[in-house]
Amino acid sequence: MLILECPYCGVTAEETEFHGGGEAHLTRHGPDSSEQDFEDYLFQRENPKGVHFERWRHVNGCGKWLHAARCTLTLEVFGTYNAQTFEPPKHIKDAITAKRPGWTWRTFS
Amino acid sequence: MKRYSVFAIAREAARYHSGWSRAWKSPVPQKKYDVVIIGAGGHGLATAFYLGKNFGITNVAIIEKGWLGGGNTGRNTTIIRSNYLQDPSAAIYEKARSLYETMSQDLNYNVMFSPRGVMMLAQTEHEVRGYKRTAHANALQGVSTEFISADRVKELAPIINISGPRYPVLGALWQERGGTARHDAVAWGYARACSDMGMDILQKCEVTGVRSIGGKVVGVDTTKGAIDCEKLAIVVAGNSGDIARMAGFRLPMESVALQALVSEPIKPALDVVVMANTVHGYMSQSDKGEMVIGGGTDAYNNYTQRGGFHHIEETVRALVETFPMISRLKMLRQWGGIVDVTGDRSPIIGTTPLGNCFINCGWGTGGFKSIPGGGWATAELIAKGTPGPLCAEFGLNRFTEGRFIDESVAAGVAH
Amino acid sequence: MSTRLATHGRLLDKSRPLTFTFNGKSFKGVEGDTLASALLANDQMMIGRSFKYHRPRGLVASGAEEPNGLVNMGEGGKFEPNQRVTTTELFDGLTCKSQNHWPSLDYDIGAINNHMARFMPAGFYYKTFMFPRFAWKHVFEPVIRMSAGLGNAPKDRDADTYEHFYAFVDVLVIGGGVAGLQAAKAAGDAGAKVLLIEQTAHWGGRAAVDGGTVDGVPVQAFIDATIDALDAMPNVQMRHRMMGAGVYDHGYVLGYERLTDHAPKTAGPRHRLWRICAAQTITATGALERGLSFAGNDIPGVLLASAVRDYAVNFGVSVGDRTVVVTNNDDAYRTAISLKEAGLDVPVILDARPTGGGALADAARALGIRVENGKAIASVQGGKRVTGVAICDQAGEGAVLEEIRCDCVAMSGGWSPVVHLWSHCGGKLNWDDDAVHFRPDPDRPPTGAKGEAFVITAGNASGEMDLHSVLQDADKAGKSAAKASGHAPTRTAAPTGESAPEAVMMAIWLMPHGAPIKLRAKSWLDYQNDVKVSDIQLAAQEGYESVEHAKRYTTLGMATDQGKLSNINGLATLANALDAEIPQVGTTTFRPPYTPISMGAIGGEARGDIFQPIRRTPMQGWHEANNGDFEPVGHWRRVFCYPKADETREQAAHREVLATRASLGLLDASTLGKIIVKGPDAGKFLDMLYTNMMSTLKPGRCRYGLMCSENGFLMDDGVVARIDDDTFLCHTTTGGAERIHAHMEEWLQTEWWDWQVYAANVTEQYAQIAVVGPNARKLLQKLTDEDVSNDAFSFMGWSDLTLGHIKARVFRISFSGELSYEIAVSASQGRALWDRLLVAGKEFGVTPYGTEALHIMRAEKGFIMIGDETDGTVIPQDLGLNWAISKKKTDYLGKRAQQRSHMADPDRWKLVGLKTLDGGTLPDGAYIVGEGVNANGQRRVIGRVTSTYHSPTLGYGIAFALLLHGPDRMGEVVNVAMIDDVDVPAQVCDLVFFDKDGEKQNV
Repeated sequence: MLILECPYCGVTAEETEFHGGGEAHLTRHGPDSSEQDFEDYLFQRENPKGVHFERWRHVNGCGKWLHAARCTLTLEVFGTYNAQTFEPPKHIKDAITAKRPGWTWRTFS
Repeated sequence: MKRYSVFAIAREAARYHSGWSRAWKSPVPQKKYDVVIIGAGGHGLATAFYLGKNFGITNVAIIEKGWLGGGNTGRNTTIIRSNYLQDPSAAIYEKARSLYETMSQDLNYNVMFSPRGVMMLAQTEHEVRGYKRTAHANALQGVSTEFISADRVKELAPIINISGPRYPVLGALWQERGGTARHDAVAWGYARACSDMGMDILQKCEVTGVRSIGGKVVGVDTTKGAIDCEKLAIVVAGNSGDIARMAGFRLPMESVALQALVSEPIKPALDVVVMANTVHGYMSQSDKGEMVIGGGTDAYNNYTQRGGFHHIEETVRALVETFPMISRLKMLRQWGGIVDVTGDRSPIIGTTPLGNCFINCGWGTGGFKSIPGGGWATAELIAKGTPGPLCAEFGLNRFTEGRFIDESVAAGVAH
Repeated sequence: MSTRLATHGRLLDKSRPLTFTFNGKSFKGVEGDTLASALLANDQMMIGRSFKYHRPRGLVASGAEEPNGLVNMGEGGKFEPNQRVTTTELFDGLTCKSQNHWPSLDYDIGAINNHMARFMPAGFYYKTFMFPRFAWKHVFEPVIRMSAGLGNAPKDRDADTYEHFYAFVDVLVIGGGVAGLQAAKAAGDAGAKVLLIEQTAHWGGRAAVDGGTVDGVPVQAFIDATIDALDAMPNVQMRHRMMGAGVYDHGYVLGYERLTDHAPKTAGPRHRLWRICAAQTITATGALERGLSFAGNDIPGVLLASAVRDYAVNFGVSVGDRTVVVTNNDDAYRTAISLKEAGLDVPVILDARPTGGGALADAARALGIRVENGKAIASVQGGKRVTGVAICDQAGEGAVLEEIRCDCVAMSGGWSPVVHLWSHCGGKLNWDDDAVHFRPDPDRPPTGAKGEAFVITAGNASGEMDLHSVLQDADKAGKSAAKASGHAPTRTAAPTGESAPEAVMMAIWLMPHGAPIKLRAKSWLDYQNDVKVSDIQLAAQEGYESVEHAKRYTTLGMATDQGKLSNINGLATLANALDAEIPQVGTTTFRPPYTPISMGAIGGEARGDIFQPIRRTPMQGWHEANNGDFEPVGHWRRVFCYPKADETREQAAHREVLATRASLGLLDASTLGKIIVKGPDAGKFLDMLYTNMMSTLKPGRCRYGLMCSENGFLMDDGVVARIDDDTFLCHTTTGGAERIHAHMEEWLQTEWWDWQVYAANVTEQYAQIAVVGPNARKLLQKLTDEDVSNDAFSFMGWSDLTLGHIKARVFRISFSGELSYEIAVSASQGRALWDRLLVAGKEFGVTPYGTEALHIMRAEKGFIMIGDETDGTVIPQDLGLNWAISKKKTDYLGKRAQQRSHMADPDRWKLVGLKTLDGGTLPDGAYIVGEGVNANGQRRVIGRVTSTYHSPTLGYGIAFALLLHGPDRMGEVVNVAMIDDVDVPAQVCDLVFFDKDGEKQNV
């Protein structure tokens, strides 16, 4: 049972209060995009063993979408932050680096 | 290899079974194999077996980072059925189901395939129409199923509460030749047969890299050294993303935890497999007497083989409602496995962006029931280099083309 | 024989006798007994039969690790199989029966398996039962199933109730022995909010049985004083009869409280499942004794030494008159001493260590007990009860030196810390060579939400085995947990414990060391599942070398005790067989629950009517009172039809259709989703959400819209009304409201967060009633003075009207092809309006109709239904809905997806109408077949029926189908395949079967 903190309403709550929404920071590709870009956007996922940026909605709470940085091997949550961003804020990246030295943002892509 | 039979057991009994030999050998890796298969789970071992049996390719290594059959093959709820809606799914799952029918004899290893019948309860009008559609589709696909009445449901599974106040049972899709098998035995039986054909099963050997030259695979690096190969197959279920990364490509897939549980054993009370998709739960009784119960997946990426207890709660709640008698049984053990779920929740079997590298993954919750069919199709793919009819529709390109194989239409979430 | 002692029994209240029955025989016990101790007091040593060989089984243990003592307990709705007698508190009137035998416990047909045991080693079933092929299902499997299983299946509905609790604490302490008490005290003293739980009904654990002093007073006095101190602390809550069942990620712990098992006549829930969120969890779960592997160690009368001691000290029961003690450590001497002190005979203590024991051994000798060092049991004699033991040298191969008559054997193979809860969530273990057990590695603990360690072990569970170090460790654990949860621990010193010093133990995995196969095949590891030393050795010999393979091949540790007794012994046996070290072989994974917990408790309160919430429309009461036949749709229950006396559902629906088309029908449409989308960018937003253009819709008008997923598939449809420049009301399908509202929020919050739009789901704020039929306008006009003529209120318009005194918003839209108004009023007025419409509509023969009539009428008119024509694989283009897809828009959700090659494929199946040639109705879900078969031998299909009804209006069957090149096949006859029957020909036709020109709707 994951425990997450909603960055909007400040509530720390169990996973059942939230709903998972998959990988975060995907760029939407619309009608003019290439086949590859569109497929990547819809289906290709980092699916890392380790640090994962993901979307959650505080569905049984304030209703806001938020992002979490979480380790898929230990389930440690490095931090949560507003969904209205294009990449993780610095304090989140720093928090991850402190716990997982050598880690870099989007090493794969 | 000593043949297994009741006579062999009788002979061995006289000498306290000291004459039984190893079921599979424990070899040292060769420098090179024609085919290397990563993953000695059900699908990997079945792939190796049919490479040997159907194509005479036996210079094969199956590499396993843990112990063979130790992933999802040994963690599932052992259900076998092929009552799928879409043609490509029905074809491969029915192939698998039909191979299960003769697997014990084919492998000379009793996998205890028990075609006790699988029913999928219809508890809304929408589900009734959906399952009738599946029955129609199955009739044309050569899969024997029928839509049965609520009374017949009660007859086949008297412990079901068919008139629950919330979701009365309106009927069911019934596959009489669906059932269960002993999951470990499937892996062990294939492993023994593969080993007997001269293939090397390398346990406790982890792949650390995939080597390629000019866009073609040439071998793998492992914790037991480098191994060269002509062709490589990645058959590692929940870890597919990881190996694909080593091979330089990504997959339209995420890995999540799927949980299951068993009750304490009781005397026979349920003779068939029952799936209730409206309320999300399914149950069968093992030969040992345990109620084997499965439910849904977590909504987040996870490699821990653990999940949230609330899923167990939801599943048990649904099943207590469907089978009131289990309320006074006790949960003996719960566990989880990591399944790989694709964009359309159907598997991927096909070529990859890397030459001579093939993949079999993405079975989600349907991996066990498809083992022989998946192995058969993957073996054909490896041997011929191009997909045969069984897996032609399951290639990676379907995500580019928008040509999905979506079973959620009829099957709901659970398998 | 086993009997009640005149003295002893610290947990008993002998003044309160109780009566119970076992296999119909009436027995006597006393308050404080467990069912196990009471059975022993009545000399009922044999309690059941083992799983595989049906061997006689008696008690081995006195607690949760008991593998044998399982009974069918209770009757009717209170019946429960596999009830563990050692953890069942005796109550007056308890009834129980032994398990797994036929016809009786003493004479069991299944015991023939015992004589066949040599033919049934580990995994024998994988090697046989293969021929003939059908025989597995029809012959072998049924026999095996009957013979396996343990308790009987409950037959009646559970008469008890269950509930769930939540608790949020700083420190959860699991285990109320001295370690748990001291840890709770230390954490509580620091001011932490503490929950202390104990699985039994007693505090103090084993300490009082084992003796010793704390700060100079007897340990019992220390226990009593600590309980008093904890009781007085407002920040400490104590619950007994509550087990820590499982530890989950992020500090979530499952507690299983048995409220009335010991007093079933008490009102209230039987079990309570606690979901505990704890910042820190201390597992003070003690240790379990292991048995020893010698031939005949499974014969009733062979028990763990600690159990024999427990029965004597706690329950005043002697297991036997003459008890042989066999051990590899000092602790078992305590049993010998206790028995001797209780006046029982201990003919010999067999200490397998060549050098023997320490102070406790001296104490035993001082009591006159014969102690033999370096000796072992070669075999136990007896069948359903121990009659004696044959003694040999531990170092040898079992040559018998002497036979000793006895009726009880107390064995001890050492103690294993209970590491289950530590391990559930990833805590790692180290092998301790000196103590001969796995103990938690404090450097590799389970980690929580912030990566912090959240489980600390205390006492025996840490691997600390003597009273003093237990107390020190527990005190430290309590303080550490308090500190980690933000409290400052006190500087008080831990209490000082004193107990007899113990000599080092010796690992003994087989007795005697060189036991030949004949003995090994009779040396049990897993009593319930019948796994012997020889079975593990066979598994190793056959290549099942991994501990998981060996476990699964032999079923070791897979019984209801989950290997509490057998796992370490089995593991060591495997390691020896592989010539490997124990830590290299590793352990199997510990999985929750610690001991089995009831499904009822897991399910909780949600059963029957409250299994899931029911959503009710404001008119639900009327539907119920007027014979509404309901169908579940999401969490709603919609009326399918309103059958009158003798009517079938089909007849009722047909009557409703005809009455509506002829005059007037009423539909409760309140379940339709209603979402307000408001803001300066609302039009722009809806243009992205719907395939058609919504921003151009004029206030006062309605437009039908389609919504697709980003993957291109049609996900919902409905009518959008523009309320004013900034405000739209979007109708969704029943059950679609939450999904579509969430879909809107997702895009608004995560993609277009700079757009100024709000979306609010107001579905339940409104009741909605469709007034449908040629007389709909007349009815509406009766209720309002305002002009509702076609000129004033045209099709696809909406208007705010006052109907009587009820303010309403009326939409002139139609899903039936009739003149039709959908009237939305505030939910609180819904029933009043419904009643008023019924009264006012009486002169028109107003007929309420249900979902089936709704579906038939929409099908007659060629309208699609989400969920029937769509199934998640259908795009609007498939349904001929291109008119609802804007060509002008550069983008909308799903547009890019619909450009992909398969989506643009001209061979996609397209929607058409179908009519059978004979007027019959096609079956639901039928397929249209082409020629021949595909590459997989499946019959080639070219289409499928998506909706099919008998049209009462037209008098024949009508259907929709998705068909290959469908629109090009008008008039063509296609073949619809039947199951086990000949194909039915059907003619392809237009989708609109009735009133093609819309004359009825546009009046």
